[in-house]
Amino acid sequence: MNRIHVLAPGPETTVQDLGRFGWAHCGVSASGAADPLALRAGNLLVGNAENAPALEMTLVGGAFEFDGTAVIALTGSDFGAGLPLWTPIEIAAGTVVRSAATRSGARCYLCVRGGIAVAKPMGSASVHVTTGVGGRPLRKGDVIPIGEDAVRRPRPAARGFELAEDRGTLRATPGPQAEWFAGELHAAEYAVAEESNRIGLRLRGPAIPSPAGHMLTEGVALGAVQVPPDGQPIILFVEHQTTGGYPKPANVISADFCRLGQLRPRDRVRFESVTIEQALRLLQKQEEWLYSL
Amino acid sequence: MITIATDSIGAAGHKSRIPEIINAPAVHERAPRRPLGCYYRFDVTIRPASDRSLLVSFGDEISPAVHRQVVRLTQALLGVRGVLNLHPAFASVSIDFDPRRLDHSAMETLVRERFEAAGEIDRGAARLVELPVRYGGEYGPDLEDVARHHGMAPERVIELHAGAEYEVWFVGFATCFPYLGGLPPQLATPRLDAPRKSVPAGSVAIGGSHAGVYPLASPGGWRIIGRTPLRLFDPEAVPPPLLHMGDRVRFRPVETLP
Repeated sequence: MNRIHVLAPGPETTVQDLGRFGWAHCGVSASGAADPLALRAGNLLVGNAENAPALEMTLVGGAFEFDGTAVIALTGSDFGAGLPLWTPIEIAAGTVVRSAATRSGARCYLCVRGGIAVAKPMGSASVHVTTGVGGRPLRKGDVIPIGEDAVRRPRPAARGFELAEDRGTLRATPGPQAEWFAGELHAAEYAVAEESNRIGLRLRGPAIPSPAGHMLTEGVALGAVQVPPDGQPIILFVEHQTTGGYPKPANVISADFCRLGQLRPRDRVRFESVTIEQALRLLQKQEEWLYSL
Repeated sequence: MITIATDSIGAAGHKSRIPEIINAPAVHERAPRRPLGCYYRFDVTIRPASDRSLLVSFGDEISPAVHRQVVRLTQALLGVRGVLNLHPAFASVSIDFDPRRLDHSAMETLVRERFEAAGEIDRGAARLVELPVRYGGEYGPDLEDVARHHGMAPERVIELHAGAEYEVWFVGFATCFPYLGGLPPQLATPRLDAPRKSVPAGSVAIGGSHAGVYPLASPGGWRIIGRTPLRLFDPEAVPPPLLHMGDRVRFRPVETLP
């Protein structure tokens, strides 16, 4: 079995697939790729099932040595690896894929034909960094086996991926407490705060006044925008808490989860209100692009 | 047959709020038939929470009767194709589904069908979990404050806390935190004004009218009255948290921690 040797891991590189579903009622959120579109595209390009585990690098990449020949694809943001993105590439034994600080968004995926062959506790290879379910971020010296689970031939390079690249606008449907708010969220521009992570993207901007209503703690969805008493919104992200007690004026749409995964500290974002029908049409368009690969 | 009739959420996905009378007694295989005229009343609200999730609320009260509906709906939807995750809470269940398989109106139909078919929850079948607790001292830094708040001796707080039986309302928040119902009302104590930056794993706590135990070290604002040595969260276990929704819980005072 061919392997990847981790020469330098980068600050937070983890194995991710599309997430560990079915355990939220036990308190475990799905985790999974922060930019699911980039992961799925990368997997389709190298001939994997779209849910195959791959490496997710965050803000700064690492150095990974392949001890055999391999077919890889880098997707998401440009981390300066000197290789074309969104393109299947055949590499020779001994190749070191080395990347550096991002030149665009927050995440870059290294997908390998055959997938990463790690255990799938509770049905998924995804690392849930906060709880340690599924493992931990990579360290120098880790050796990662490459699987043999390719399902088709590699595809030609992807076109049209720029549709995923504008991350300054987040389309959102009304949240469960939308009527408690007067549209403040959509009126302002927010900056992504440094302390954002896979649990939540913290935004800084004009404070949203606390609404008067009292709510019971309730289940929360990926992409929910919650407003705590300080008025600074938090977008719940892939490792979000499973329940929460703060009101939610909006929820980022599924088609923009890829944008959430690419947001990095100091990025500026605006919210645009859409209906559920519009959200589903945008998702449909994105799925059509994905399956055109 | 119990029926929940709600308006369709409609194409625009607007919230519908239909006061419901569930107007027939449950016919249950094990429990005796309830006397005629025993009516339950819930405000059932079904609305989209996102383009891939539906929030079903049984009103805004915390009560055992409401909680049984939460457990019932959660169990009824476990393993249903296209349902990705269920988030039960005090009086609601949030349902994440795969938007490529289901839409909101199909999900709402599933909710109604499965909920009806599930029948009432049999509480007698719930598991009882006993947690040994070392109360007070360094393990329970807020025990004295809780006692002072209620004008009782710390020993009385322990006696009341360990004398009650609790039920896990749900497991949630950030680190599989079990929210326990059944705290004796005399022990209800407001949360700390400023949350602690880190609460040790196993801390046994009171937050308002609820009890809880911190499964992992985390920030927290509940009053810490003791600690259990039991491992409440094991990332290798399936599922990782020891306590599950619907479990019965008792606390047993111990003198030392292993």
